[in-house]
Amino acid sequence: MGLLKQREVLLALAILVMTIGIAVRFPAFVAPRNLASVFNDTAPLMILVIGQMMVILTKCIDLSVAATLALCGMVAALLNGLGFPLPLIVFCAVALGAVLGAVNGVLVWKVGMPSIVVTLGTMTIYRGIVFLLTNGKWINAHEMTPAFKSLPREMILGLPVMSWIAIALIAGFAVVLTRTPLGRAFYAVGNNPHAAVYAGLDVGRTQAVAFVISGALAGLVGYLWVARYAVAYVDIAAGFELDVVAACVIGGISIAGGVGTLAGAMLGAVFLGVIKNALPVIDISPFWQMAISGSAILLAVAFNASRGRAKGRLILRREDTP
Amino acid sequence: MQPVLSLRGISKSFPGVKALSGVQLDLYQGQVTALIGENGAGKSTIVKVLTGIYQPDAGTISLGGKVVHFAGADAAAKGGITAIHQETVLFDDLSVAENIWLGHAPQGRFGLIDRAAMRDGAVRLLDSIGADINPDLCLRELGIASRHMVAIARALSIEAQVVIMDEPTAALSHKEIHELYDLVDKLKGQGKAILFISHKFDEIFRIADRYTVFRDGGFIGEGLLADTSEHALVQMMVGRNVDQIFPKRKHRLGAPVLTVAGYCHPTEFADINFTLHCGEILGFYGLVGAGRSEVMQALFGITRPSKGACRIDGHIRALRSTSEAIAAGIVYVPEDRGRQGAVKGMAVFQNVTLPSLPRTSQAGFLRLAQEFALARKYATRLDLRAASLDQDVGLLSGGNQQKVVIAKWLATAPRVIILDEPTKGIDIGSKAAVHAFMAELAAQGLAVIMVSSEIPEVLGMSDRVIVMREGRIVAEIEGAAMTPEALLRPAAGIAAAA
Repeated sequence: MGLLKQREVLLALAILVMTIGIAVRFPAFVAPRNLASVFNDTAPLMILVIGQMMVILTKCIDLSVAATLALCGMVAALLNGLGFPLPLIVFCAVALGAVLGAVNGVLVWKVGMPSIVVTLGTMTIYRGIVFLLTNGKWINAHEMTPAFKSLPREMILGLPVMSWIAIALIAGFAVVLTRTPLGRAFYAVGNNPHAAVYAGLDVGRTQAVAFVISGALAGLVGYLWVARYAVAYVDIAAGFELDVVAACVIGGISIAGGVGTLAGAMLGAVFLGVIKNALPVIDISPFWQMAISGSAILLAVAFNASRGRAKGRLILRREDTP
Repeated sequence: MQPVLSLRGISKSFPGVKALSGVQLDLYQGQVTALIGENGAGKSTIVKVLTGIYQPDAGTISLGGKVVHFAGADAAAKGGITAIHQETVLFDDLSVAENIWLGHAPQGRFGLIDRAAMRDGAVRLLDSIGADINPDLCLRELGIASRHMVAIARALSIEAQVVIMDEPTAALSHKEIHELYDLVDKLKGQGKAILFISHKFDEIFRIADRYTVFRDGGFIGEGLLADTSEHALVQMMVGRNVDQIFPKRKHRLGAPVLTVAGYCHPTEFADINFTLHCGEILGFYGLVGAGRSEVMQALFGITRPSKGACRIDGHIRALRSTSEAIAAGIVYVPEDRGRQGAVKGMAVFQNVTLPSLPRTSQAGFLRLAQEFALARKYATRLDLRAASLDQDVGLLSGGNQQKVVIAKWLATAPRVIILDEPTKGIDIGSKAAVHAFMAELAAQGLAVIMVSSEIPEVLGMSDRVIVMREGRIVAEIEGAAMTPEALLRPAAGIAAAA
């Protein structure tokens, strides 16, 4: 446990050092207003990471999050065009996301397909449906109502609604993960599926629930994304699923399942968010951004592996000196 | 006649366990030697020493009169020793020829694999053992018996002088077993020295020339099968110094708790009937693969029986999932702790409360204080040695992990507890603690089923023993009739002593 905490501390330190390094040259970067805007920029990633992290905890992976986001965002924009009231639009986006997640979950649970194959398939299907809905046409800002566009930007206590939604979800799911039987089940199922069955847990159903949550959160972000950027098109958030998985891995969520904390995953998202926002400031090409996040993933995994080896030595020592 | 392979004074220890102490074994050209012993006698360990997987702590291995040392599995293979295992390790998606030659395929120019030579060699090897198998077939398309033939052909492809067969007939049908006997005779004719490990006396007497008996990691005796009898061999296998002391228990059987009537499964077991009482320890004895664990898994809702009913306190209960079984008051402590028992990477208290979460949570939220209280209660009762209840279970010793798993099940307040090989692979001290605790549970009125392959444990702990063989109950033994032979004979399929 001590080591586990140390890992989050290390990541926080890395983010801090990076931020200070940038601040030395560009003091404006650490102005409270700018930090708030970096956080707000990272909010969609953080919300998606919450869902993805639960899926990964159960030994699965959800590659369809970005496509789910795009489909739900497009449907939200279309419903807005049809004159639906805003609360109903948000509800529909979340519900549709949950249904799309349930499709993944049921295929994994009842058909027994590997999640990487299932979500690779649904990712393409969902993205294809977005095209079919509009024949590839864009829905632009002038086709959206002002209320639809302004909700994520509405300021409450100095922060936009989008940031508040992320904060509320982080707080809520922190409780789910540490204080509910469901959260405990995510860890147990991913850590040792065989033992989980013997303990009376339904492994497949637990995995399906994680997919439904991931889908619902992607649906919510779908609306927020389209409203914030005031445009909906087929390729919204294309490739974003890789950022989401990357944030989880950097944050110490083990791809083998069962290990990782919400705090770590959020720090992973913040790490990517800071890089994304800081590099343009210090005039570095966005391609460096990709290289840096790639290196961060490799470092994080190497760190995990070395931690596993250290653990092995500990066991040996214990057995030698009973 | 000089033995081809001769082992002298071989010892091998693992932390907490002495697996072999000064054993000897001789194998002769053109003869089959049967290695006989109970589970835990050291048979698998000696196979691993012979095939270079384990290095002995002491002793010598002589091959053709010269002392050799096998640093690894490939060294043993180069020395001409090959083993055919219980569950043959083969590759489903490679062809028969590729399976036979994997790792030592004939090479042509530039070090590329010579496919034609590989195929011809496969045909030659399969012919030599009389197996009519197309070498181009994908292994997935073959049945168990044909796979065995491929495994044997693979074993012969390294030009082995010594062939080890570890319970080769365990998964075969009657007809396939006879084909295997013919094959063993062929190999004998080719002058191979064969080590044959089996629990089945009928086949030992059918195909072996010599025998060697191990017991508790020690060498007991050897000789020609023609000079001995089943009775004498059984005596050698089970006659032991009583070095384990089991807790004394008073017989106080209560009302019937669990009644199983006519349980059947399409492939694993049939006609299982028994009644279990409060305060009783019911032993299930049988050889590995007799279907005991499969019956228990059906009782625990992991698999479903095709027929039959289970009553608890007189009421029929459907056990369709593990959560239903736990709710009905049945818990199962599985044999494979690492895979099915402890969740390594999670804290001790989280492991203990995992099946009890519905009880330790309120309105959908976990109550950490209640969880800790529950975990502490059973950790104390079981004398669990852990730095704290927050400690990762994976860092505990085997015996303490076993205690965590048992604590997990006791915390559900069960009526019936099924312990599958409860002391397998744990040290003597922890064994005694588990036995004492089992007696205490029974004294408190819990009904205990103990599946065990260790005869002293079964005899020492059980009020009554059910013996299974090939998926059926073949004997039910009680009181003074519980003797080692009375268990071993029906389990091994030997007719009652004359």
